[in-house]
Amino acid sequence: MDLSGLFSYFVFFLVIVSVYGLLSLGLNIQWGYTKLFNIGIAGFFAVGAYTSAILTTPPAMDRVGGFNMPFLPALVIAVLLSGFIAFLIGIPTLKLKEDYLAIATIGIAETIRLFFNNEAWLANGVRGVSGIPRPFQHYITFNYNLFYLLLMVVFVIGVYLAIEKALKSPWGRVLKAIGEDETVTQAMGKNIIRYKMESLVLGSMIMGMAGSLYAHFIQFISPEVFVPMSATFLVWVMLIAGGSGSNKGALLGALVIWGLWSLTDLITNVVPVDYAVKAGAFRVIAIAIFLEVILLVRPQGILGEKSVMKAAKKQEQE
Amino acid sequence: MALEMNVEMKNSDDLLKVEGICKSFGKMLAVNQCSLEVSKGTITALIGPNGAGKTTLFNLISGFHKPDTGKVFLKGDRIDGLRPDKIFHKGLIRTFQISRELEKMTLLENLMLVPGQQEGEIIWNAWFRPWRVRAQEKQVKERALETLRFVELFHLKDEYAGNLSTGQKRLLEIARTMMADPEIVLLDEPGAGVNPTLMNKLIGYIHQLNGRGITFLIVEHNMELVMTICDPIIVMNAGSILTQGTPPQIRNDERVINAYLGD
Ligand SMILES: Nc1ncnc2c1ncn2[C@@H]1O[C@H](COP(=O)(O)OP(=O)(O)OP(=O)(O)O)[C@@H](O)[C@H]1O
Ligand SMILES: [Mg+2]
Repeated sequence: MDLSGLFSYFVFFLVIVSVYGLLSLGLNIQWGYTKLFNIGIAGFFAVGAYTSAILTTPPAMDRVGGFNMPFLPALVIAVLLSGFIAFLIGIPTLKLKEDYLAIATIGIAETIRLFFNNEAWLANGVRGVSGIPRPFQHYITFNYNLFYLLLMVVFVIGVYLAIEKALKSPWGRVLKAIGEDETVTQAMGKNIIRYKMESLVLGSMIMGMAGSLYAHFIQFISPEVFVPMSATFLVWVMLIAGGSGSNKGALLGALVIWGLWSLTDLITNVVPVDYAVKAGAFRVIAIAIFLEVILLVRPQGILGEKSVMKAAKKQEQE
Repeated sequence: MALEMNVEMKNSDDLLKVEGICKSFGKMLAVNQCSLEVSKGTITALIGPNGAGKTTLFNLISGFHKPDTGKVFLKGDRIDGLRPDKIFHKGLIRTFQISRELEKMTLLENLMLVPGQQEGEIIWNAWFRPWRVRAQEKQVKERALETLRFVELFHLKDEYAGNLSTGQKRLLEIARTMMADPEIVLLDEPGAGVNPTLMNKLIGYIHQLNGRGITFLIVEHNMELVMTICDPIIVMNAGSILTQGTPPQIRNDERVINAYLGD
């Protein structure tokens, strides 16, 4: 690879990191603060991506749409729709024990993926939707991917600042309290269902945004993108490794884990074809080992807050 | 007729009134036809042997359990069946038998969480009215610090609540109820695990807060606390109210002694 090849690889890499950064920030609101166990991130990611894809592409014969809609309005609709689906999931599940939310989210996510997979009339089934337009392409005279990276940075910083503001406010304090002890928080007069719903919806909206931005960058999406492994599990690893409860940690986790994931991909690409399947498993094992090491060395994640128990032990020793 | 009854309720001194309440868990009748009244301005004790149903009664009053039958009135309004947070906003706050602090939050945060109707609890305001949120946060913080000073935990304001001793957690619990500006506080064994020195402080705080107009209903096994500051004392046994009276009356009541010894 020459220098310019390396540069464009790096730009591409960072755009994907930004997409994962958004997913991880969304999960941090839900899990890092409120301890909502969403294991269907892929579902909200898919809703965002497919909504934008169907709305912004030109009309196609063999599926619904497209509608030639501009990028931004489609993005807004994608985000709102993801939030609405989260709302629908939240109505029956947030009153119940946390396991129900977990089951519902993964169930819905898989249903959404299989639906897009099997119902070809909707979005072309397994063959996917292609030709998703690149936003502002006609105005960009320089390297488009570099422009897109700047666009992503603007979105990531915008989302980061907005949720940092919200989470550091009394609103975030209530979420954190719910994450620690729902019963006590309710005894302190907080309508916990309302806050859990807001947390679930806001986090899922950000996941939908990530899906939309991903679709416009890759210009092609198919159900295969939204498998639990890459679109849910990896995001969890990112947040836990980076530091659950810390927005900076969520972003750093995305960078580090996607870096590691890409690195193992490079390695698996050079091994002989016969080993390719094993190599795929090796990637997952590598990530798992890395997570294990982090959790042993720093249980709270790279940038997570120091755990209370540790401080307590220290006090005892003094 | 119904109106008359209502007026009568409102005029009485009963801040809290429980009428014929029942609660069973499966076949086990934990609270059986309980009725009691807590008058405004009192420190009322609720005592009784283990398993008498005291905590269950607290859960019924504070909205954490729904009664099978019976009614609960607060200031004359029905509150049974309401959500706990709704009951909180009507002026009733309760603590838990095993203190439940928000361990990974600081003492200051634990207290600042409590006041109701905070502007910044609405995400919209956090984003678009930050100055109003900040101004209110300052007031809430000031109050929290003052409250920490009252229970003599000021020096630990930035400590995680999880790092407090059992006794200190009990004090934090008292501080938390103060932040709510309640009319009535339900304390479930505030003295459990508290050493004698701290116990005296605790008794002093409850007494002082009562002087400021807060009514208390206290479940407690520590007889020093019960006999020095509580009047009246309500005795519960096997899910029902056994008797009620002043400390001397209760101390000399044979039924109470029998209930504790088990018959
Ligand atoms: N959630 C529950 N499910 C089933 N049984 C319960 C539940 N809560 C309480 N009980 C039962 O109801 C009875 C009354 O319990 P409760 O905790 O109210 O007693 P208590 O008077 O507070 O006792 P203690 O002094 O030991 O705290 C007990 O027999 C208990 O086992
Ligand atoms: Mg009890």
